[in-house]
Amino acid sequence: MTPAAASVHSAVEPAETPLTPESWGKLGMWIFLAGDAVGFGVLLASYGVMRATSLDWPIPFNVLGINLTAFMTFLLICSSVTMVKALEWLGKGDRIRCRWFLFFTALGGAIFVSLQAYEWSKLIREGLHINGNPWGASLFGTSFFIVTGFHGLHVTGGVIYLLSIIRYVTNRLDPAASYNAVEITGLYWHFVDLVWIMVFTFMYLL
Amino acid sequence: MAATTAHKHPNYMAIFWYLAALTVTELAVIFMPLPKLTIGVLLVALALGKAAMVAMYFMHLRFETRTLGLIAVTPLVIATLLVFVVLPDGFAVDHQTAVKKPAAHAPAKH
Repeated sequence: MTPAAASVHSAVEPAETPLTPESWGKLGMWIFLAGDAVGFGVLLASYGVMRATSLDWPIPFNVLGINLTAFMTFLLICSSVTMVKALEWLGKGDRIRCRWFLFFTALGGAIFVSLQAYEWSKLIREGLHINGNPWGASLFGTSFFIVTGFHGLHVTGGVIYLLSIIRYVTNRLDPAASYNAVEITGLYWHFVDLVWIMVFTFMYLL
Repeated sequence: MAATTAHKHPNYMAIFWYLAALTVTELAVIFMPLPKLTIGVLLVALALGKAAMVAMYFMHLRFETRTLGLIAVTPLVIATLLVFVVLPDGFAVDHQTAVKKPAAHAPAKH
């Protein structure tokens, strides 16, 4: 590398981060996810405390049902696999397969959000509202809609993010040029999956 | 710029099957004739196991630096601490309400 080229390169990325030498963006995403995880952690911890101190908290899986959400959990795990497959194919230089797998991941997310909308409308018709329900503590409905809604917003954002990244990969002829961006998108998507694993356990099964 | 693939990709399909099996186990646990506390502990352990697998292999945390791992684990520690900080307050509300109730019939003071 010539001194001039090195100078231009250093203007783009001034130094390597010791934590994620691949890119600063990856470190940025990890820090964002850690902050976001605190948000979800606080929501779930508050849910646990409210439930533990309530005398009339309904049994969640009797009210909410778990067949649909078990399928939604499986769907999100499948979408995590398509996400890592997209990255794997990009690493092998196959942009076409990478884009298909990214599309399948976004499709999985879109189906997940649609099923969540269906579940919400069904539960609302049955009487579960944000300010009360026929089964017991009113905070049951409040916490359910806030936590699953917050997660649903993350999935919706993730679908938009994935569709944007498909375009990003399409516009770069060299597969290596979009590898970091796809890996960073994957971090976000797997985080959404990870959070759902916790939400499913704490809000539906326990 | 660093290399695009710094580490070997793990066997993602194996991880998928592990996650699917753990999800089925979770569903089976809630119908088992076990004490509530045991079911709760088992479900939390299974969920943490699944979350750890996603973080380690799908998010490649296993191949990252230890410091990044510490950053990733910190929110879990904060959330756990929060439960122990807030829990006594939750129980204290009922106690205080019960103590204050008789005061409602006290004569007004001028």
